[in-house]
Amino acid sequence: MPLLQIRGLTHYFGGLRAVHDFNLDLEPGELIGIIGPNGAGKTTVFNLITGVYRPTEGEILFNGHHLVGKRSDQIVSMGIARTFQTIRLFRDLSVLDNVRIARFARTRYGVPVALFRLPKYLREEAKSQEQALELLDLLGLADQANWVASSLPYGLQRRLEIARALATEPRLLLLDEPAAGMNPGEIAELMELIQWIRRRFDLTIILIEHQMRVVMGICERIKVLDFGETIAEGTPAEIQNNPRVIEAYLGEEAVV
Amino acid sequence: MTQLLSSIRNGLSRTLAPLRAAYESLPVPVRRWTMPALLLLFFVIALLSPSFLNLYWQQVLIYVGINIILTASLNLVNGYMGEFSVGHAGFMAVGAYVASIMTVWVFPRWGLREYVPYLFPLALLIGGLAAGLTGLIIAVPSFRTRGDYLAIVTLAWNMIVKSVLENVDAIGGPRGFMGMQKLTSVAWVYVWVVITIFILRNLVYSNFGRGTLSIREDEIAASLVSVDTRKVKITVFVVASFFAGIAGGLFAHIIQFINPRSFSILKSTETLVMVYLGGIGSLGGSILGATIYTVLLELLRPLQVWRWVIGPLLLVFLMIFRPRGIMGMREWRFLIPPEERPEVIDALKERIRKKRGPAVAPAASVGASE
Repeated sequence: MPLLQIRGLTHYFGGLRAVHDFNLDLEPGELIGIIGPNGAGKTTVFNLITGVYRPTEGEILFNGHHLVGKRSDQIVSMGIARTFQTIRLFRDLSVLDNVRIARFARTRYGVPVALFRLPKYLREEAKSQEQALELLDLLGLADQANWVASSLPYGLQRRLEIARALATEPRLLLLDEPAAGMNPGEIAELMELIQWIRRRFDLTIILIEHQMRVVMGICERIKVLDFGETIAEGTPAEIQNNPRVIEAYLGEEAVV
Repeated sequence: MTQLLSSIRNGLSRTLAPLRAAYESLPVPVRRWTMPALLLLFFVIALLSPSFLNLYWQQVLIYVGINIILTASLNLVNGYMGEFSVGHAGFMAVGAYVASIMTVWVFPRWGLREYVPYLFPLALLIGGLAAGLTGLIIAVPSFRTRGDYLAIVTLAWNMIVKSVLENVDAIGGPRGFMGMQKLTSVAWVYVWVVITIFILRNLVYSNFGRGTLSIREDEIAASLVSVDTRKVKITVFVVASFFAGIAGGLFAHIIQFINPRSFSILKSTETLVMVYLGGIGSLGGSILGATIYTVLLELLRPLQVWRWVIGPLLLVFLMIFRPRGIMGMREWRFLIPPEERPEVIDALKERIRKKRGPAVAPAASVGASE
């Protein structure tokens, strides 16, 4: 059974059609890429999946459960995590707290337990703290655990965003332009990292990316969007030679 | 202004440095009992205070304590959560009236007149719960919308409470409500301050507290890392209202006469001043802000009515020049739970590092990029 099934997903912002008839079947363990020019509706697709927007039409099934109409935090706790195109860390909080916040739904104690610092609170907190630190350690961020998130260098902020997404214990990870603003060296590291976390955490991944190197390098399958429409779909090799893709990216003149 | 506020903080930490050094030289088992011992010591001093403090200074201390409770609880909403509630006095009013009704009418009517002093904590709790309940009623609809609406709703709430109290003749209407015994003492206020700070600290350093901070930082990102933002907001608001109610009950039983004007927008504004003076997102800041402001107002008594200009003016300057206040986002060490202190986290990190195998993610070249 596919992990994620999207049927006829359509979304309008007022009169503007941002996404039209988007379909996707994602098998567990796949790593697929979504590419397209700016404004093609890629991020909107992520926002629709994670409940930031409610789609005008269409349905989204994750693991057999309908997602449309659910709140973002409910969707995330079902096992979908994401990162953001522009980094959205909790800038004034510590690196460790950034990750611990993402364990909100996985930490199980009620308000009274917290207010009176009952044994269950201490147990759960100790566990959550340790798991968060372990995750930071795995991603090479443990030495910065007490730093304020905004003081991290750019590449590590991207990494922390990934760590924070992983802390929610996802099965499906949505990465929104993780290579944006990175230099070639950092991009190579990022590609390694993505493939490593995929194996380590047994993840299914959807990657939005502008850097062709990244998408062509690690994705098994690619979908191309333009003005909200899916204009092509296939393996990296097929996409590279697809005339409609070249047209969308380079303009009609280039095809001639 | 900015320099003045940071020099207050720095001066304080410099003055306390020798004390802290002495504390740190103590062996760990002694250290563990230092805090409870100090709390107990201060309690004994508070109990004995009527024998060496005159009534005026007792009253100032009591106001300081009440204001700490008000400030710390409002800080939860305005500082930690970054919302803007301007009607804290409304919840204080609910607590004050309900607690007073308990001690003046309900308990005596149940034939418990002699026991009223012992039932005082119960009356306060009932007042607090009533305030918390009204907090819930306000929070549920206002947090459906985002941002500035809370300011408008709480502003309206404060006015509604005042008008209702003015128009219900049974509880005195505009004339006010009286007949309370003078039950609030320095010791009682001290106990409630300790309880308030303890519970708020527990909340702040829990899952819910971190969720609260994440809402201030970026609400959408918070919900996208699984924080149930609605639940967190409502919880925080109800807890804050509860403690405002407790403060109201204490207030009513020291001045022994309350009227709707005691809980006007001016009272709410004063609380805002103390929050932003002391520092947002800091319990230590709330203690400092409430203490400094309360004592300052007492010292400015010769200015008479003009001293009420100081508060709002201070608020304007604070918001412009130093919106984070004296302690903004910092905390006194003793208010941080032991397991949250940086050195404890570092130790845990080393333990994890030893335990784990070599399977670590591909390294990042730190600071390589622009």
